[in-house]
Amino acid sequence: MTTRLLTVRGVKTFYGRVMALKGVDLEVNEGEIVTLIGANGAGKSTLMMTVCGNPRAREGTIEFAGHDITRLPTHEIARLKLAQAPEGRRIFSRMTVLENLQMGSITAEPSEFARDLDRVLALFPRLSQRIGQRGGTLSGGEQQMLAIARALMAQPRLLLLDEPSLGLAPLVVRQIFDAIKTLNAESGLTVFLVEQNAYHALKLAHRGYVMVNGRITLSGTGRELLEHSEIKSAYLEGGRH
Amino acid sequence: MGGDAPGLRVDTVRALRDAGITALLAFGLFLPLVGFQTVTDVRNDLILVTRWPLLLAVVAVVGIGRLAYSLAVEPWLRQRALLPATPAPAWRVQAGKWFLPFAIGFVVAYPAIVLATAGFGRAVKWIDNFGIQVLIYVMLGWGLNIVVGLAGLLDLGYVAFYAVGAYSYALLAKTFGFSFWILLPLAGVLASFWGILLGFPVLRLRGDYLAIVTLAFGEIIRIVLINWVDLTNGYAGITGIPRPTFFGIPFNAEDDGFAAVFGLEFSPIYRTIFLYYLILALALLTAFVTVRLRRLPVGRAWEALREDEIACRSLGINTTNTKLTAFAMGAMFAGFAGSFFAARQGFISPDSFTFLESATILSIVVLGGMGSQIGVAIAAIAMIGGTEIMRELDFLKLIFGSTFDPTQYRMLLFGFAMVLIMIWRPRGLISTREPSVVLKERKIIGADLVKEGHG
Repeated sequence: MTTRLLTVRGVKTFYGRVMALKGVDLEVNEGEIVTLIGANGAGKSTLMMTVCGNPRAREGTIEFAGHDITRLPTHEIARLKLAQAPEGRRIFSRMTVLENLQMGSITAEPSEFARDLDRVLALFPRLSQRIGQRGGTLSGGEQQMLAIARALMAQPRLLLLDEPSLGLAPLVVRQIFDAIKTLNAESGLTVFLVEQNAYHALKLAHRGYVMVNGRITLSGTGRELLEHSEIKSAYLEGGRH
Repeated sequence: MGGDAPGLRVDTVRALRDAGITALLAFGLFLPLVGFQTVTDVRNDLILVTRWPLLLAVVAVVGIGRLAYSLAVEPWLRQRALLPATPAPAWRVQAGKWFLPFAIGFVVAYPAIVLATAGFGRAVKWIDNFGIQVLIYVMLGWGLNIVVGLAGLLDLGYVAFYAVGAYSYALLAKTFGFSFWILLPLAGVLASFWGILLGFPVLRLRGDYLAIVTLAFGEIIRIVLINWVDLTNGYAGITGIPRPTFFGIPFNAEDDGFAAVFGLEFSPIYRTIFLYYLILALALLTAFVTVRLRRLPVGRAWEALREDEIACRSLGINTTNTKLTAFAMGAMFAGFAGSFFAARQGFISPDSFTFLESATILSIVVLGGMGSQIGVAIAAIAMIGGTEIMRELDFLKLIFGSTFDPTQYRMLLFGFAMVLIMIWRPRGLISTREPSVVLKERKIIGADLVKEGHG
């Protein structure tokens, strides 16, 4: 049977007086890859950030692994093993790759650092070549790998990925999506993925949600959504890489 | 010069024209600044005096300088830019390795070197005005480096914590007669308490906004010190602050004084040397603690906070606590330095804690290279030591006349030096950041694991 890991119920988020999320419901089960697709400004990133507690949801509840995290500060949510590779990567650019990874492991068991490090370096071998280099000197794809690897160092139960394909070459995008697939298949990591790259994201995901103007308009398995005519016309036409 | 590459050709006409324009600009600028001077004559009337020779000299220096720049420096720079970058020569790598032990050895041996070269009489001046003064600022620079360099929180009111330390020592020592060794840690604790107090309201602020609030905080502390006359004696300051003892043995001419106990002839130099080693120990403690903290989670969290606050939070770092510890830690070292300052001077007043002090300390940190310990130390030596050296440049009086006082040009020179350094080294003298951790064994990943090869 499946256990529910993340439950979002009726969440409304405001920027000032503007309602960015107009009552969102979704759930992520343990072991799943769930993707949220939508156009620019639909509220995808806002939802992801609301899950992380910044900004806070003004209405509704967010539950993670049995805890109500709606009102928790971001760092305490992270300590519940909910890790995030945020939009724009946000790596520490003057610190080395190794230091970035070390920052990721702050909430993890210190004795397991070496094992976790080996694991993420095996997943992204490029990073091991760059281990002593400053984060800011990496290429865009390598920075994205570092952002994911840093999140993985926290030994998360749920990994939130915000547009990992943004601004990357198709080859690098494939590599990153392969890595996500491997993580899910081999260690059963639950992944919640926000993407504009609908084709790749839906192919990868078990289930998907479509967001339009701060509301979930469609949901279903990845395959169902890929075949859905509205999605085909709105997100997939010409979007096939 | 037809054979030269076009980019390297020296254009004499253009150089002369540039020099002429620059000289003209200098004339316009310095005519009111240097050319005219107002003096009061015997009847106390203001009269206007012209100083044409001096003005001409200044304009000539500027014009010839510009000419030399376009004819010599610019071609050299362009030539150098064309050369491929060469790795640092071996001697420099070697020098880098030996620099730190040599520098520490030198500062430890400094009083002995001064005694040997300057003699007993003049040594006090060199150890006190030069050594101790520079070390106080090295320590303050290192303390502020934690807040500004590591945690990235721009603090323009750092001198407030210095003042808290100084007044804590002065008041507690005078009122209750506690010894320096009890009050030193206490002053640090009180200063860090004020650091946290400042930290709370500014938690949400960053960059410019934070700078303004800290600036205001520094002024508030100073104005409270001026106006709370009952406690601080206002502008008049506090006099007769007890001096530190050598673990209970005072430095005086009495029978139980330091000189008598150790069978030496009484001289003020023993206290000076003692104070020198005291501030040296305090400064080294600051550096040591900072170096250690950088390798601990809290220090790494400071640096990560400087890089990206949102990423920090999403990784589970409590940014509130991280900022407060940075403020508290930086303030604590300022408190130590402040209580040392009060004990060394024997007199303190709000005049010692003006915004100019904060600005000096901040420029030491920025010039040295934010986050770099050695850079900060070098900048402190250059800025504070430079001021003291200027007092010694008596030969300049032979050139510019007997009324010339080089220290009056201090700010001008510092401004100039700062502009130059910011042009050449925008990130400070030492801008490379040492990683706080490196992998012990070099991990070698086979080519088969790297799917796409190079890219």
